[in-house]
Amino acid sequence: MALLEINDLFARVGDREILKGINITVGPGEVHAIMGPNGSGKSTLSQVLAGRDSYVVTRGEVRYDGQDLLRMPAEDRARKGIYLAFQYPVEIPGISNLYFLKAAVNAGRRDRGLPEVDAMDFLNLIAEKLALMEMDEALLGRAVNVGFSGGEKKRNEIFHMAVLEPKLAILDETDSGLDVDALKLVASGVNKLRSAQRSLIVITHYQRLLEYIVPDFVHVLAGGRIVKSGGKELAHELERSGYAGLGIDDAEEAVASV
Amino acid sequence: MSGSANNVETLANQEYKWGFVTDIEADAIPRGLSEDVVRLISAKKDEPSWLLEWRLRAFRLWQSMAEPVWSNVHYPKIDYQNIIYYAAPKSKSDAPKSFDEIDPQLLDTYEKLGIPLKEQEMLAGIAVDAVFDSVSVATTFKDKLKAMGIIFGSFSEGVREHPELVRKYLGAVVPRGDNYFAALNSAVFSDGSFCYVPKGVHCPMELSTYFRINAKDTGQFERTLLIADEGAIVSYLEGCTAPMRDTNQLHAAVVELVALEGAQIKYSTVQNWYPGDKEGKGGIYNFVTKRGSCAANAKISWTQVETGSAITWKYPSCLLIGDNSVGEFYSVALTNSYQQADTGTKMVHIGKNTKSTIVSKGISAGHGRNTYRGAVKIMQSATGARNFSQCDSMLLGDLCEAHTFPSIEVKNKSSQVEHEASTSKIGEDQIFYCRQRGISAEDAVSMIVNGFCKEVFRELPMEFAVEAQKLLGVSLEGSVG
Repeated sequence: MALLEINDLFARVGDREILKGINITVGPGEVHAIMGPNGSGKSTLSQVLAGRDSYVVTRGEVRYDGQDLLRMPAEDRARKGIYLAFQYPVEIPGISNLYFLKAAVNAGRRDRGLPEVDAMDFLNLIAEKLALMEMDEALLGRAVNVGFSGGEKKRNEIFHMAVLEPKLAILDETDSGLDVDALKLVASGVNKLRSAQRSLIVITHYQRLLEYIVPDFVHVLAGGRIVKSGGKELAHELERSGYAGLGIDDAEEAVASV
Repeated sequence: MSGSANNVETLANQEYKWGFVTDIEADAIPRGLSEDVVRLISAKKDEPSWLLEWRLRAFRLWQSMAEPVWSNVHYPKIDYQNIIYYAAPKSKSDAPKSFDEIDPQLLDTYEKLGIPLKEQEMLAGIAVDAVFDSVSVATTFKDKLKAMGIIFGSFSEGVREHPELVRKYLGAVVPRGDNYFAALNSAVFSDGSFCYVPKGVHCPMELSTYFRINAKDTGQFERTLLIADEGAIVSYLEGCTAPMRDTNQLHAAVVELVALEGAQIKYSTVQNWYPGDKEGKGGIYNFVTKRGSCAANAKISWTQVETGSAITWKYPSCLLIGDNSVGEFYSVALTNSYQQADTGTKMVHIGKNTKSTIVSKGISAGHGRNTYRGAVKIMQSATGARNFSQCDSMLLGDLCEAHTFPSIEVKNKSSQVEHEASTSKIGEDQIFYCRQRGISAEDAVSMIVNGFCKEVFRELPMEFAVEAQKLLGVSLEGSVG
């Protein structure tokens, strides 16, 4: 059975209709890349899946693990294994990264009817994930994302993912703003988290990230619709001929070429 | 965006939990203020003539003064002639001697507030001088304290039983004409607490007073005087809630702390008076003068958690007169809905090597307006003086305001003054980020706010710290989402 089924999804922000009939099915353990130019609706799709209230679904349905996803509030989706790595991770002053993660882990445990995590068990879990992600321990004691560099923020997102062990992780332009070394570090972290029990949706503008996180499927999103789907070779095709090769107007490329 | 933006505002929409009025017949005098009213108050309390004279001089000073306009709060003009200046519960003609004699309805009021005296009596470590309206009706643990020579009771009792102490120290730290509201209080104060801890005595328990405003349209004019003699140590807790009303109530209290050589006073407040409704209607106007003076090697520490009142105007201060004396101020002030707070402290360094620390945390939500106002004065005599100030503001949503007016005046070159300040904003982005990690909006807000305030909360005695955290949660429930 598919983990995630998106059927004919329409959504708007304010008065603007952004998603205009999305269909994607993600099976357990599959990695799907969603590529598209700016303004195509990539980030809107990630926000809708995560349950942001300001994004209004006007048509269609999304089933997650057999349940009607769109009826669930954002925190329930998270507790049931949906994880969003933010394109712009948010700073939370006054709360240490470690304390924040503990609250998040416990929220998930409460949802599953488990008692709060034992303090020692939690520290062991953190130590294990720190080593796996090659993260600097110092980032644990600092307020969530406050004063983190761009690269640190993105790696922290993947670190949160490692600790929370989601069933479905959505990576929203995790490559944006990273130099190639930082990109490799982040991608290597993500690859360590790939498993048959974890599905990934990797959203990106560029093919570059997909050299390091190799997807099983690639979907091209334009104008709020999936215009083409294929295997990983589709990403290479895009790399060669650009979005224009698919007849898609890419605002960013247009700007870049001026 | 509208759904989430609404959520940010709905955190402000928690109804005041303690809104109820106890139906006890109050013995009130007519509205308005005149010399006759001052005389009447003094007569009702059977006061000595020196105290009446003291009040009358304060009243004349008050008449010559104008209400201050410099603070960053706005409210309709107060009609001082439309206020009742004295009300005493008269369910018994004589003051009760024990709990058995106390009006059960009154005890019930405390039950509703979650501070049952009967339980408090058994609770280790807390002596309660309960103020209901303007007259103290119950005092506990008195005997135990008495055995150690500690005097703790109502202000009226202090006047009756220890006139020499009251006469010596009343107005010694906050003079009658110090400011408009202090002068008003000095003229009409009804009751409050009086405490004296003798030389070298360490008070074995936290002293606690619960204030409560009850009779309709009655101004509350508390007067507290706390003296720690040489080498004495005392910790005092003050907490308050008030019933729901729709007319504004004036409150002008004066608290004076005297720390003699080597003494230590810790004064903690949790203030939760009625803040007014969601539209800003009603609520307490709280104009308070709190100040302490430190002799050599003495220390005064103020900790306050201010979540209530429509208007808060309050600057607990320290006069660091003696060499090596220490002043501290730790504050959390929360304004939600249409609440306004203008609060901070004044640290006046006079003695050599005097030290002061200021940690202020202001939280604004809804249409709240939060102002920190602080003054650090290093006088010429204060060689080697040091001050550290930290002043942080947090905004929840985008309709609220935070202001800071720090003032630093240094007249001695050997002193060190540090000031740090920060402003952070908690909006829909932060809340959504937390929710995406599985943390509900309310847990997120309470986690963020409590994290923001932890430097202040850890200065509070244990039971107060718990109460303070709950209070912040209640005060912010539903206002961010």
